[in-house]
Amino acid sequence: MSKTLVEKIWDAHVVKSEEGFPDILYIDTHLIHEVTSPQAFDGLRKRGLPVFRPKQTVATADHNVPTLNQLLPIKEELSRYQVDMLTKNCAEFGIELYGLGHPFQGIVHVIGPELGITLPGKTMVCGDSHTSTHGAFGAIAFGIGTSQVEQVFATQCLLQSKPKTMKIEVNGELGKGVGAKDIILYIIAKISAAGGTGYFIEYAGSAIEALSMEARMTICNMSIEMGARGGLIAPDQTTFDYIKGREFAPTGEEWDKALAYWKTLYSDADAKFDSVLTFDAADIAPMITYGTNPGMGMGIQEHIPATGAQPEKEKLSYQKALDYMGFDDDSSLIGKPVDYVFIGSCTNSRIEDLREVADFVKDKRKADNVTVWIVPGSKQVEQQAKNEGLDKIFEAAGFQLREPGCSACLGMNEDKIPAGKYCVSTSNRNFEGRQGQNARTLLASPLTAAAAAVTGRITDVREFLEKA
Amino acid sequence: MKKFTKLTSAVVPLNIENIDTDQIIPARFLKATTREGFGENLFRDWRYENDNQPKADFVMNNPTYSGQVLVAGKNFGCGSSREHAAWAIQDAGFDAVISSFFADIFKGNALNNGLLPIQVSEEFLSQIFQAVDQNPKSALEVDLENQTVTIIETGATESFEINPYKKSCLINGYDDIDFILNQKQLIKEFEQAR
Repeated sequence: MSKTLVEKIWDAHVVKSEEGFPDILYIDTHLIHEVTSPQAFDGLRKRGLPVFRPKQTVATADHNVPTLNQLLPIKEELSRYQVDMLTKNCAEFGIELYGLGHPFQGIVHVIGPELGITLPGKTMVCGDSHTSTHGAFGAIAFGIGTSQVEQVFATQCLLQSKPKTMKIEVNGELGKGVGAKDIILYIIAKISAAGGTGYFIEYAGSAIEALSMEARMTICNMSIEMGARGGLIAPDQTTFDYIKGREFAPTGEEWDKALAYWKTLYSDADAKFDSVLTFDAADIAPMITYGTNPGMGMGIQEHIPATGAQPEKEKLSYQKALDYMGFDDDSSLIGKPVDYVFIGSCTNSRIEDLREVADFVKDKRKADNVTVWIVPGSKQVEQQAKNEGLDKIFEAAGFQLREPGCSACLGMNEDKIPAGKYCVSTSNRNFEGRQGQNARTLLASPLTAAAAAVTGRITDVREFLEKA
Repeated sequence: MKKFTKLTSAVVPLNIENIDTDQIIPARFLKATTREGFGENLFRDWRYENDNQPKADFVMNNPTYSGQVLVAGKNFGCGSSREHAAWAIQDAGFDAVISSFFADIFKGNALNNGLLPIQVSEEFLSQIFQAVDQNPKSALEVDLENQTVTIIETGATESFEINPYKKSCLINGYDDIDFILNQKQLIKEFEQAR
């Protein structure tokens, strides 16, 4: 019987399937961090249980960590307590921790792939909705709640109903200045912040196949922003080349065996998806969001849709979003002044993102009205950026290269955008208060963010590229 | 886990769509390492000014509205996987949330904590909002056994879907770990067979 990629991986991990019950799904790798794990460890203690498979569990500290002076004690008491608690819990339950000061520390969804922990065909979970990132390698990866973290600790399994499948094809060639972030913001704007709910999405088509692994991760990362549990891309030579030689990637005979299996991981030609959508890459412009959910995005030259054009029931919520952002409907964002630019998060903090920004800002300087934070996704990305001299380029441009963590994506540490200020951000969520109380977030690609940093205004990056 | 069978209660209406978990419980309150106490920060930035004064126009600060059922617009609970969102709603005294559409992870988290997410049609959701608009004390009856929700005043009723396994967990107060721990031998056999 022909199967989709999701079905192939799912079926290979079902421990038990029984009518009227969710499947018992085996989890290969469990990633954890300091925020969503403490109550799960407590649950184990209360039940008197060990972590069933500690060697299949990997921990890092990312959400709550400072991005300056990481080796000093964390100033904020509650953050410090939470990070310390992770250290204690990992020691008690025998889990490998890449904590502050460790050369592998970083955002959980950046370190998994770069260490070769994320592999095709795996099932992976984490108490974090952006776990979908790992799907870029052809893995089933999804975010879970803390009760489920406890469940995986206790049994290395999850009770899960098989998801519906959706295929999103993007074909053709991307225009100048348009990248993976624009593709995914475009798709979300088209199908809405709820359009993928209940589905696992497989991204396919020539425009997806042409993308690097970093770019594929950006796409899969934001699957959750349209409600999908996960997103994935069939592994190919680009995937295999990326994995080979990484810290925990298979080697020798193991590699050959793994590779042979990975090459079977694709949706069969006649496999049935519950839904199929097709987009043309040529229709996609650099994107920017104007509202308070990631579905409220548009091509940067477009006007914010009119409130009057919204369905009756949605007008109130729509207008509330524009009021929060301080924008008028039916207006353009081009030329609007911005206060902050944040380049980072599990969406866009990989070396390729930093290289793209450095390449753009070389011999340019940030506008005086803008504060620019560049937060690398991991210690390894930070080190590589320095090895390549990107830090010098950022410094010359007036950008600040900080230390790795989730940072201003969600402002759990001190990296908060002040009330009322506008931030062009390469992160994944523009929810009210996401980057700080009453902060206003405009999601965009690293290139569009870099252009805003240089001009101090919302700018169509293509203006620069055409001049060059 | 807390049991759920039947409930009759007035409701707290929140007619806003796409309420994300950052609104339900902002990230800065996720630093606690226990499950308790999140209720006071439920909808923190909609509920309170920066100086902690209650915002008079927010429904939870309006004494006219009270009850164990939160009713909200579609795509409730989107965004972050933080289970703290379900904990906060429950800690603030709610036992059920009604919407015309729930985000997946939130729905799972709610069910895993004995907080019942009830998905109703757009039409029925509008009827609930209308009934509460006309009479803020208008009550609902939620019957999990029969999977129905009824607007008592008008008698309008609608049935809702729930996974039969999750339904029995809620009625009996069992959680997934209780269930899955019994399957450990099977899990070990699965590992050996790979």
